[in-house]
Amino acid sequence: MSVSGSNSRALPWALVTPALAWTCAFFVLPFIAMGFSSLTAHEGGGFTIANYSQFFTDPSYWRAMVNSLEVTGTVTVISILLAYPFAWILAEMVPERWQRLALILAVLPFWTSYVVRSYSWLLVLAQNGVVNRALIGTGLIAEPLQLANTRLATVTGFVHFFVMLLTLTIFANLKQLSPSYRKAAADLGAGPVRTFLHVVLPLTLPGIMVGAFLTFVLCIGDYITPQILGGNNELVMPQLVMMQIGRRGDFPLASALSIILMAVVTIAYLACARWLKIERA
Amino acid sequence: MTTTARNPLSNLKSHLSAACAGAALLMAAGSAQAADLNALIWCDHSDPALLEPFEKANDVKVNVKEFEGTGAGLAIVDQSQPGDWDVMVIDSIDVPRGVEKGLFEPLPEDKLPFADLFPEVKMDKSTIVDGKRYGITEKFGYNTIGFNKTKVDPADMQSLTSLTSDKYKGKVAIYDYYLPVIGMAALAIGKKTADLTEADLPALKAELLKMKANAKLVGEVTASQTALATGEVDILVGGGEWVTAGLAKENPALDFSIPKEGAVLWSQSLAMFKDSKNKDMALKFIQYILSPEGQARLATSSCYWGMPANTKAALTDEQKKILRFDEQPGFLARAQAYPAPNADLDKKMQDMWTEMLQAQ
Repeated sequence: MSVSGSNSRALPWALVTPALAWTCAFFVLPFIAMGFSSLTAHEGGGFTIANYSQFFTDPSYWRAMVNSLEVTGTVTVISILLAYPFAWILAEMVPERWQRLALILAVLPFWTSYVVRSYSWLLVLAQNGVVNRALIGTGLIAEPLQLANTRLATVTGFVHFFVMLLTLTIFANLKQLSPSYRKAAADLGAGPVRTFLHVVLPLTLPGIMVGAFLTFVLCIGDYITPQILGGNNELVMPQLVMMQIGRRGDFPLASALSIILMAVVTIAYLACARWLKIERA
Repeated sequence: MTTTARNPLSNLKSHLSAACAGAALLMAAGSAQAADLNALIWCDHSDPALLEPFEKANDVKVNVKEFEGTGAGLAIVDQSQPGDWDVMVIDSIDVPRGVEKGLFEPLPEDKLPFADLFPEVKMDKSTIVDGKRYGITEKFGYNTIGFNKTKVDPADMQSLTSLTSDKYKGKVAIYDYYLPVIGMAALAIGKKTADLTEADLPALKAELLKMKANAKLVGEVTASQTALATGEVDILVGGGEWVTAGLAKENPALDFSIPKEGAVLWSQSLAMFKDSKNKDMALKFIQYILSPEGQARLATSSCYWGMPANTKAALTDEQKKILRFDEQPGFLARAQAYPAPNADLDKKMQDMWTEMLQAQ
C-alpha cells in the first residue's frame, strides 16, 4: 500500500520534471537574472530603481508603450474581424475534403522567412511599389501615397501574419461546435443572425480569445516588423529595448523595460484568463 | 587594472550570467578546435572572399561571430570564458572601453604596417592607451550625404543646410545611429564634433528635429540603403561610400559628397584579446587584414564597401574610382572625428535621439 502509494505520488512528479526543469532553466532563472539586472545601475553596478523611474518620467519612453498598445490593439481587432469570416467560410462553406488543402494554403505564408516577408511588404508598399502603381494606374491618385515606413505599413505586416493565426484558432473552435446547437436554436425559432449572435459567437469566444491573446503577446513583443516597416518614425517597446543594448550595452535599463512589457502581457493574460483555461465545462 | 568591490546584486548577476555563458559559447563557437581562430566581427569580415585565402594559407579555420554595436559585442565577451575569442572588430573610438575592461593585448607596432596607413585614420587618441597601442584601424569612411545625383541637384549636396530645406522635404532618410548623425548636426550648427558637451544638446536637438521633419524614415543599414536604392528617398543623411560604393555597378546614379561644413569620419579597428590562446595566429590574421591584398578584399566586402586604412591596398583602378581613393587627402582634411562622448553624455545623446525618433 505504502510503496504503491508513494509510486503513485512520485509518477506525476517524474512526468512533469522535464517540463519543470526546462521552465526553470529557460524562464525562471533568466527572469530572476533580468529582475536583478533591472535593479542595477549601468555605471557602477549599485542598487537603483532609476531604470524604472526613467520609463515613468521620460515622455519619449512612455510614448513607446502607448505606441505599442495602440499598434497591438489595432492589429488584434483588425485580425479578428478578418479572420472570423475566413474561418467561418472554411469551416462551414468549404467541402470537408477541400478543408485540409484550404488550411495548408492559409498557412502557406508562414513558410517564408518572417524577415523576408517584412521586406517584401516594404517593396509592395513603397513609393514605386505595386500598390501605388496600381492606384496611379487606375487613376484613383495622381501622386504616390506614403504607405511604407508608416504605422499603416507596420499594422499591414502584422495583420498579414496574425490573420492566419487567428483563423486557425477560430476554425478549430468552429469545427468542435456540435451542429445540434444550431438545430436546437432553429427549433426554438431563432433565425440565422440570431443563432449566430446568441449561440455560435458566444461558443466560439474561447477560440477568438486564445487567438487574440496570442496575437497580443506576439505583436507587442515583436521587433522586426516595426523596425523594417515602420521606418522608425515612432518607436515601440521592443525597439526601445534594443536601443539600450546596441552601442551602450545598457542591459539594466533594457531589463527594466522588458519587465514592464512583461507586466503588460501579464495584465492582458489576466483579462483573458477565463477564456484561456485548458479545461472547459 | 584595479579590482573594485562588487555589491551582492552584481555578484548574483555575474553568477547567473556565467551559468548561461557555457551554452552561449557553445552556440557561438560551434565546433571550434584549439587551432581555430575565433573572431568577433562585423559583417564585412564574414565574406568568404576575405577569409578563405587566409584559411588556406595558414591551414586554419576562422570561426566568426557577427555583432552590431560595441555594447552587444562586449556583452558576448562578458558571457564567454577568457580565451574563447582571439580578435575583435571594434569602433576605433571604443577601443578604450575594451582596454578599460582589461580585454585587449597591446599590439606589436613593429610587426604591423603603421607607416602605410593614412595618417589621419591612425586614431591615436583612442587606439593608444597609457602609451600602448591596442587597436589598428583597418577600414574607414564618412558619415555624410549619400544621394541619387539624377534626382537632386549635386550642387545642393555641398551644404548640410540642404538637408533641412523645404526643397527636399519627404525625400530624405536618416541613418539610424545617433553618434554620427549627431556629429553631422554638430557640423551643421558650426560645432566641432570633438568639443561637444552637454551644453550643446539643446541646439543639437533643434537641428535633429529639423532633419526629422524633412525625413521620410530613419533606418538602419539595410533599410536606409534599400530606401536610397529603390528611390523611396533621394538623400541619405549619414550615408557615404559604405552605402553607395557597393551599389555603384547596379546604380551608378548613387554618389556621396563631403559638404563644405565637413563630414564625420568613421573608422573600425582590429584588436587582439589578452587571453587569446592563439596569439600568433591572431597576429597573423591582423597582419593579413592589414596587408595590401587583405585590405582590398575587406574594402570591397560583399556586406559593405569602405576605404582601406592602408594606402597600399591592392585595389583595381575601377575600385579606386568608385571609392574615390585619389580624393581622400582632401576629404580627410575636411572630415571631423566621430563624437566620442563619455558614458554620461553618451546616455544623454541616446535619450535625445529617442526623443527625435518619437517626435511627430
